[in-house]
Amino acid sequence: MRKVAIYAALIAIAIFMTFPFLWTLLVSLKTRGPIFSIPPDLWPSPLSLANYVGVWETLPLPRYILNSLQITFIGVSLTLLICSLAAYPLARLQFPGKNLVFYAIIATLMLPEHIGLIVNFITLTKLRIVDTFASVYLPSLASIFGIFLLRQAYLSIPQELEDAARIDGAGDMVIWWRIMLPLITPALATLAIFQFVAFWNSFLWPIIILKTPDKYPLAAGLLYLRGLFAHNTRLIAAGTVIATVPIIIVFLFTQRYFMRGITAGAIR
Amino acid sequence: MNKSDSGRRVRTTLIAYLFLAPALGLLAVFTFYPVIFGTILSLFEYDIINPPRYVGLSQFQRLLVDRYFWIAIANSAKYVLVVPVIQLGSILLAVLVNRQLRGIKAFRAAYYIPVITSWPVVGIMWTWMYDQQGIINYMLQSLQAIDRPISWLSHPTLTLYAIMFVTMWKGLGWYMVIYLAGLQSIPAEYEEAAMVDGASRARVFWNVTVPLLRPYILLASLVSTMAALKVFEEIYVMTRGGPFFSTYTMFMYIFDEAFQELNMGYASALAVVLAAVILVFSVINFRVFRRGGLEYY
Repeated sequence: MRKVAIYAALIAIAIFMTFPFLWTLLVSLKTRGPIFSIPPDLWPSPLSLANYVGVWETLPLPRYILNSLQITFIGVSLTLLICSLAAYPLARLQFPGKNLVFYAIIATLMLPEHIGLIVNFITLTKLRIVDTFASVYLPSLASIFGIFLLRQAYLSIPQELEDAARIDGAGDMVIWWRIMLPLITPALATLAIFQFVAFWNSFLWPIIILKTPDKYPLAAGLLYLRGLFAHNTRLIAAGTVIATVPIIIVFLFTQRYFMRGITAGAIR
Repeated sequence: MNKSDSGRRVRTTLIAYLFLAPALGLLAVFTFYPVIFGTILSLFEYDIINPPRYVGLSQFQRLLVDRYFWIAIANSAKYVLVVPVIQLGSILLAVLVNRQLRGIKAFRAAYYIPVITSWPVVGIMWTWMYDQQGIINYMLQSLQAIDRPISWLSHPTLTLYAIMFVTMWKGLGWYMVIYLAGLQSIPAEYEEAAMVDGASRARVFWNVTVPLLRPYILLASLVSTMAALKVFEEIYVMTRGGPFFSTYTMFMYIFDEAFQELNMGYASALAVVLAAVILVFSVINFRVFRRGGLEYY
């Protein structure tokens, strides 16, 4: 009996959490009938993919997807490189100034990022790289979350492995590349997934720093199209589904990395 | 210390800084410098095109008599009301999913999906849901909770709360995972012992579970408060501050001043004020949880 009540609660909440998605999906799959009506038209017929064809052919959605793929791919790769480099000495090397550097990095967590929005816009304007993909990803490459996450991973590697390699005559670069990096792959995967979601979903910074709407990533582009084609709800619904599906698929396949990443980021 | 030892130390130091250089360079330019330059900029008038003009503290004086500033401050402060609701909701959610049941992982995943959805998508979906003839009005009317449809996103008093509801909907899953980690760190014996002693479930929850979760609650509440004070995305994608500035928040005002009006100096002054408020919470967070706690994920 208790179990039934628990499942009822679980299902009710699941409906609450997923309803907007299901409704948008429904809107996108129908071509006729009013979108807004009382009572709402919840019967899914006739179903059609016409809106998907429409949004793909008449709106610059493919371009936005290519922009997103490019920004996300470069952004994630560079984040992984920069964070895996920075975290290594903080975890495994002894050098003067280590504590200072470490606390300076921690201190950035206290700094309010909204000031960054204003000044980074000015900086990138002065550097004349506004309106490029580089200006979109540059400010978020040195992820503090990433540095911490990878530092924890490096710290958990046993010292004996490193010592053995040193006895065999391996230098620091070889040790980092051949021994350390392969051993922190799970943490790298976690970071990659978090950055993927962050870049794929980002819209605020792109709309500030990109002047040409043709260069918008998908999330920003979708918002832009909603503004232009407010009347064409069904096309926008199809675009919304297209923007959401990849992220949900990635999430469903990589759930355990998500849960690990959040709790690693939360309480250390 | 012999020669090869000190040679090795120099080499290690060199390698360490070589590895750190890209990250430190980026942090210096895009994180540290903005705070310093932004604070200085609040003493200037600057529109990017013309050279900055020093105006002393006059931006801050202007701010004191700026009607929109006070509206924005009030709305940002009101937004903090969402914090206890999200926290209580996500704790209950975590308790609900913290058990071994068939399919429980699928439910956790479902609750997490709003978290990984972009704000534009969330904004588009909920704008339809909130439509005058949308599904929410239909449901409330069917339940006889309201007589006639409410225009949720163009109502002078309700809109802010309608947006808070979306913030809650999107945030619940994230905090649930935090609390789930907390619950899983509590040995089951405590709760079992209380149950054996005859305490009701509600009593166990309030008198055993919640106190044991305290560090998690403190951390999550701080993070949530800072996020509420900085609220922007949900406002931008749904109302842009309207109707009649009833959802105009600090960050929304900063955004408009900086990127619509190009008043970089005044925007910086606003940003400095918001930063000062947030810094209080940030310092508490930092002192309690030495490592600084959570990122924005």
